[in-house]
Parts: sequence; C-alpha cells; structure tokens
Amino acid sequence: MHDIGTKPDDRLSASVDVAIGSVSPCWSCRGPVVNGDVFCGTCDAVQPPGQLDHFRRLGLKPGFNVDVAILNRLYFDCQRRLHPDRFASRTPRERALSQQQSTSVNEAYETLRDPLKRADYLVHLQGSGVLTEGCNLVADQELLTESLELRELLAEAETIAEVAALEKRAANDIKSCIDDLSRAFADVRLEQACRLTTRLKYLKKLEDECRVRRACLSDRVS
Amino acid sequence: MAQLLQIHEPGQTPAPHETDSPVAVGIDLGTTNSVVAVAEDGAINVVRDENDKALVPSVVAYAADGSAIVGELARRLLLDRPEMVVSSIKRLMGRGLEDVKSLAGTLPYDVEPASDSGSGMVRLAVAGYTRTPVEVSAEILKALKERVEDHLGSSVDRAVVTVPAYFDDAARSATKDAARLAGLEVLRLVNEPTAAALAYGLDEGAEGIYAVYDLGGGTFDISLLRMEKGVFQVLATGGDAALGGDDFDNAIAEFFLADRRARFGDEHLNSSDAKVALMSARLAKECLTKQKTGEWSIEANDKTSLHVLNRTRLEKLIAPYVDRTIKLCRDALADAGVTTEDINGVVLVGGSTRVPLVRRRVSELFGREPLADINPDEVVAVGAALQAKALTVGSDMLLLDVTPLSLGLETMGGIVDKIVPRNTPIPVARAQEFTTYHDGQTAISIHVLQGEREMVDQCRSLAHFELHGIPPMVAGAARIRVTFAVDADGLLTVSAREHSTGKEQHVEVKPSYGLSEDEMARMLYDSMQHAGDDMTRRLLAETRVEAKRVINAVEAAMAADGDLLDDQERAAIGKAVGIVESTIAGNDRGAVSAAVEGLEHATKEFAERRMDRGIRRALRGHDVREFDEPTATTGEAGGE
Ligand SMILES: [Zn+2]
Repeated sequence: MHDIGTKPDDRLSASVDVAIGSVSPCWSCRGPVVNGDVFCGTCDAVQPPGQLDHFRRLGLKPGFNVDVAILNRLYFDCQRRLHPDRFASRTPRERALSQQQSTSVNEAYETLRDPLKRADYLVHLQGSGVLTEGCNLVADQELLTESLELRELLAEAETIAEVAALEKRAANDIKSCIDDLSRAFADVRLEQACRLTTRLKYLKKLEDECRVRRACLSDRVS
Repeated sequence: MAQLLQIHEPGQTPAPHETDSPVAVGIDLGTTNSVVAVAEDGAINVVRDENDKALVPSVVAYAADGSAIVGELARRLLLDRPEMVVSSIKRLMGRGLEDVKSLAGTLPYDVEPASDSGSGMVRLAVAGYTRTPVEVSAEILKALKERVEDHLGSSVDRAVVTVPAYFDDAARSATKDAARLAGLEVLRLVNEPTAAALAYGLDEGAEGIYAVYDLGGGTFDISLLRMEKGVFQVLATGGDAALGGDDFDNAIAEFFLADRRARFGDEHLNSSDAKVALMSARLAKECLTKQKTGEWSIEANDKTSLHVLNRTRLEKLIAPYVDRTIKLCRDALADAGVTTEDINGVVLVGGSTRVPLVRRRVSELFGREPLADINPDEVVAVGAALQAKALTVGSDMLLLDVTPLSLGLETMGGIVDKIVPRNTPIPVARAQEFTTYHDGQTAISIHVLQGEREMVDQCRSLAHFELHGIPPMVAGAARIRVTFAVDADGLLTVSAREHSTGKEQHVEVKPSYGLSEDEMARMLYDSMQHAGDDMTRRLLAETRVEAKRVINAVEAAMAADGDLLDDQERAAIGKAVGIVESTIAGNDRGAVSAAVEGLEHATKEFAERRMDRGIRRALRGHDVREFDEPTATTGEAGGE
C-alpha cells in the first residue's frame, strides 16, 4: 500500500496493451517515442518510467514461475543501462529520469524476487475486478486453525532443537505452498491462489519468528 | 545547503558533474586515518607523502590564529597540546550530544551546548574557537585535496567519498556538507565495504558471494555482496555506526585508569587527560597485536603511572565488542538469506582487523581464513577512486547498494510505521497517503525516523516537517501523497502533492542533526573567497551540458527524419546549431541559453512533423522502429 502508482486497483487500468504501440513526444528531441520504450529510438535520451507492470518492466512474461537466475540477469541488464551512475555527467533532467527508471526497476525486482510478494502482486494483477475484497480478507477457518496451532507449538518450544524442528517444518510447508501456488496460477484458479498466498504469508512469518526465537535461545546458551 | 532533506522537483537536481577538470578522486575519510587515491593512466594510485605514507591521521590541530594543521603533525601535538587537537571527529558526524561516549565520566572533547539556531549538531571548543564536526572534517578533506593536487600538479574539485554503510542520513549529509566546505563536489557517497569489494573484486576477478568485514576506528560494517561479471550487488548490510577500534582503546584506557585509581585514589581528569590516556591505550593495543605483553605509562596531574597489560587480558577487555560484531554478522547473513557455506570469501577491511582476536573470531564464524592479501587501510580509497573513474570516464562495472536502515514515520502512540525496510535496493521511492483529522485543517505534521526499533524514542529522528497550505475541507477529504525517495547516495528526499486539488505543496524541513542553510552559507562564505566564482563556473558548465544535449537531439532527429525538411529549412536549422556551438566555446551563459532557445524555435515545426509521422505510423499498426521507406514520406510532410 506504500508503493507508488501501483496500488492494486490501478494496476490493470494502466493496461500495457493500450499503451504499447501509441507514441508520445520525446522530452529531448520532441519526436515520437513508442510508449513503454526506455530510451528514445532517435536521440537515445532516457524517458520517464511510465506505467508498466513489474514483469514487463524487466522483460519477463507475467506468471508465477520465475527463474531467479534469469530474473537476476534481466535485472542487472536493466540497471546497467539505467542506474544513476551511468548518468553522472549528463544533464540534471537525464539524471532525475535515470533515478526514476532505476527506482522502478528496483521496485519490480524487489517484488518479483520474493515468491510471497510475487504471488501477492500477481493475484492483484490478475484478480483485480474478480476478487474485490483483496487477498487479505479471505477468511478461512482451516487456515486460521493451522496458524493458531503452529503458533502454540512455537510458544511451547523450549529448546533450540524444538524450535529448529518447527522451523524446518515451516520451511517444508513453504516449499509445498509455493508448488501449490504455481499450479493454482497455471490453472487460473485465482481464489485458490489467493488462499495459498495468505497461507504463505503466515508460514513466512512463523519461519521468521522461529529464527528470532532460535537466536534468542542460542544467545542464552553462549 | 544542508543536504538532510533536499526538496526538489525532478529535473532540478543540483549542478551536473561536468566541470573543467576531468579528474575525480576517491577519498576514504576514516575515523583514525584518511586516504586519497586517484585513477591515472589506467591504474589506481594511492597518493603517498615523501615518506611513502598513504595514511593521513584524521587529526586536526588548531593554532592560536584559528588555522588548522592536519595529519601526522597534529597527531604528535595530541600528547603535548591536547586542548588544541581534535581526533576521531567522524564519531560526531551527524550526531547529537547524547551519542558521545565518555571516558571515566570525561569526554575527550570540550563540547559546547547547542546554539539557539535550533539544530542539534555538536559544537566543540578547541584552542579558543568553536567548531562543528563538519568544519573539522572539512579541514581533513582540504588536506587530502591539497595532497592529491600536489601529486597531480592540477586542481581537483570532484570526489567520491566513502562512508560507513551503516551511517544514517544525518551522518551522510554531514559528510557531503564537509566536502562542499572543502571545495569538493561529491560525485557519489559510496559505502566503505562496497568500495572495498569493488577494489578487491576487480583486482582478483572474484565471483560469487563475499562477506566484507569492516572494522574501523569508530564504525563497524558487515556487507554481503554478490559479485558477478562486473556487477557488485549488495545483498544485505549491517553494522554499528558507533563500534570500532576506539571502543577497544576506551576499554583499555578504562582499565589503566582503574589501575591508577587503585594506586593514587580518585583524581580529577579533564578532557586533555582523557586524550592522553586514550593515546597510551592505543599504543598498547597496537603493540599487543605483535607482542604478548608490555608496560605503558599515563601522565596526569603531575603523576606518572605505569600499567602492565598482556594479550590475554586485552582480549578479555575487548571481547564484548568483538562478540557484538559477530552477532551483527549473523544477523546480516539471515537478512541476506544465506548461510556461511554460501560465502565464497571473507574480506577484512579497516585497521582494527589487525587485532588477532578479531581475525580469530571472524575465521571461526565463516569457517575459513579471511583474505588478507590486500592492504586493509588502503583498499577503501582504491575502491572509491575506481568508482570516481566509472562516474567520469565510464566503466563496465556497476554498484547496486541497499539502504542500511529502515525508514519510517511516527504514527499514533509513538509507534514507527516502516516505509522503506532496511536492505532495500537503492534508489528507492515509496509514497504514503495522509489526510486531515479535523474539519478545515490546513497543515499536517510529519516525523521521519530511521532505525529498526518499533518505538519513536528508540529510533533516530531525521526530520520533523509540516505540510502547509492544505485547502480547508471536511476531515478526511484531503489526500496528501508524500513521497520518500532515497537516492544512490543513500540520501533521503521528500516531496508532497495534495491530490484533491492537484496542487504541489511546499514542504518545510527542519533537520534534527544537520546544519541550517544559514550556517552552511556562513561557513562557505568564511572558507571560500571564491564561492561566487565557483557558482558562476558551475552554472556555465551546467548550461553547456544542456546545450550539448540539445544539439545531439537535433542531430539525431535530422539523421532519422531529415527527409521531412526541404533544403532551406535544413540550412536554417544548421545555422541555429552553429550559433549554439559557437556560444558553447565562449564563456557567456546568457548567450548559450539564448542560442539554445533559438535552436528550439528553429526546430519547432520539424518536431511537429515528426510527431505527426510517428502517430500516423502507429495508427497504421506499424512499429516506428521497423518502418523504413524514406522516399515515400516527403509528400506526406509537404501536406502539413
Ligand atoms: Zn528523442
């Protein structure tokens, strides 16, 4: 909810298909630039970031399955061209635009490299209009019970071994939850994807809490 | 200008980096020592004095007339005339008084209460003068500037300056202000461990994930980086901006002074005595990296005491601090989502990594011997010089850094709402919507904080500011979008927009720990007679860069769409370009601006024809870039 221009509700309205193909004047040479292009095809001036979804910004096809190695490579390629360090001796306008572009690329990368953020984003991207309530409001008794049970187990855990076992269980559950998400997105079962995203959220939180707890316990030992 | 919060619109950032001198240098402004390096003929050279020494002690002595002596000479004065000398000033950069540590209840500085100017910056009394940490740091930077200018035989006015990765916004701004006061434009603030990784990675061709453990005199940083084909991506960084070799010295000095009290009873110590005790402690620490035991003396109140210290005892004294660095390393590993098995190498940076206990503990944690084939004192300056070269000459390498500390806002009940979490890649921007709570409310107060804790009083306050001029509406109707942007230097900028009317709002900013605009202006005036000349020169350079940009754009457009012009039009534009070119060669800024305006006017219709063609092609469903039929289009243009 803090990110700029990409609130769930305006993600689809900024439809890329409408924008691509149309042209706007380049701020530098005033000639036509195809919307979505990062540089002017004529004078090479860097353009404002514009409205692109995170996948297209990095050159990926929208979808839950993202190969992290490919994501890193695309991210590095984008930053090699757009990072402010590349514009240090340019005009103030170009430096400001490169910072905006680089910022947008970082936001896309940050969102897509983490499976949870990626799932959350994709649910909003594909589910806008379908799931009016948003992901967080899926009330599911089964999920709630599971979450409470695991928390109780963590609260009762007293040894490092117990916490580590719980942490391992959370890690395994996270793995299978991500596999389930992949299938749900592939089959365009958005409600299921939404439910799994919520589950992933609390599993991750549990894993974090396990880690903090384990660090506390090991500090006490040493 | 205090750089804590620069409020500006895109396109109105400060002067561009193109000036008359092409050389930019790299500066490691350290707590204990500073180093300057420069790229020359394809190599990076660390600048040394006639005794082959690269390290300039970060110590400043003030003479009775207020003039400054920097470096080894000042350091030697520390024992004889401690009241004239300031050391470890970096610990006070961007800090309030509550951050200053005392020794046996005595500060090694004479601190003056904050003036009524409202800013919380510490002021020191030294040799009868009042100095801010920014001014003292500026003296060190000036000395480094002179050193490299002597070496090059030409003037230098641009630099990449390194800061601890864990430095907060206030300390970064203070560092940038100090450089400005020394007559240096900061091309980029680079985090010290990142600079070290850069120097190391490029030198050794390292690939994979590396840990950089950087323990300096006053600061500790741990950074985990992925190095891949010239890209240096920081995965996570952690540290403590007030933890370093100085703490070892403090612990040893406290031990000596306790020993002294046991013999002489309680005695009164002043700030000069504290400096003397710290000096002995430092000598002891350095000797005990090589030998097992020794004896040191402290002279104060006309009484000399001798103190024995062996390495085992020393290690007991400093163990809590080393333990803390190890804990911070573990936290950073967790933040990066990697384990020690994923680490391909550990690089040691900073003079304090020479302490045997530090090396031992780092080896134990990472399960491997740290890499020590680089000089830990010089590697940061080398990295800074490499980055300076990349920013001016160009380079294939790229640094991708992160925010070291979370950025948040105060909400109800003194709780901090995190807006940008730590370890987020920079540059980053996040927006937050605000609204009014009362009918007719025309202002909103915003409190920006930096830190990891949940409560306001546990985080560092960066700025309080108020948004004024909100049109009176019913409560909750106003929509004010405040954008927090952290740039590649790690510095925060705030801008605000009132949504319901679309009016851009003026943001008033009151830096909590920075210098006020007036203070900065006075210092610049005091320090530089040529401030006016400097400004004129910078503005001219900026205008030239802009004029060159316009010429390039016109030439590119002519090459692509020249067929839209007849010979006469082409000649007119050519003439306008020629006028701009001739004014660029001169020194009249007004003439350059006028010529640029003339060129833009001469190409106005050309631009319209180009847009028209572009739109037509787009409507026909062609991609402009694929479209290629130069002969058929002349007729189209003629019809406009
Ligand atoms: Zn252009």
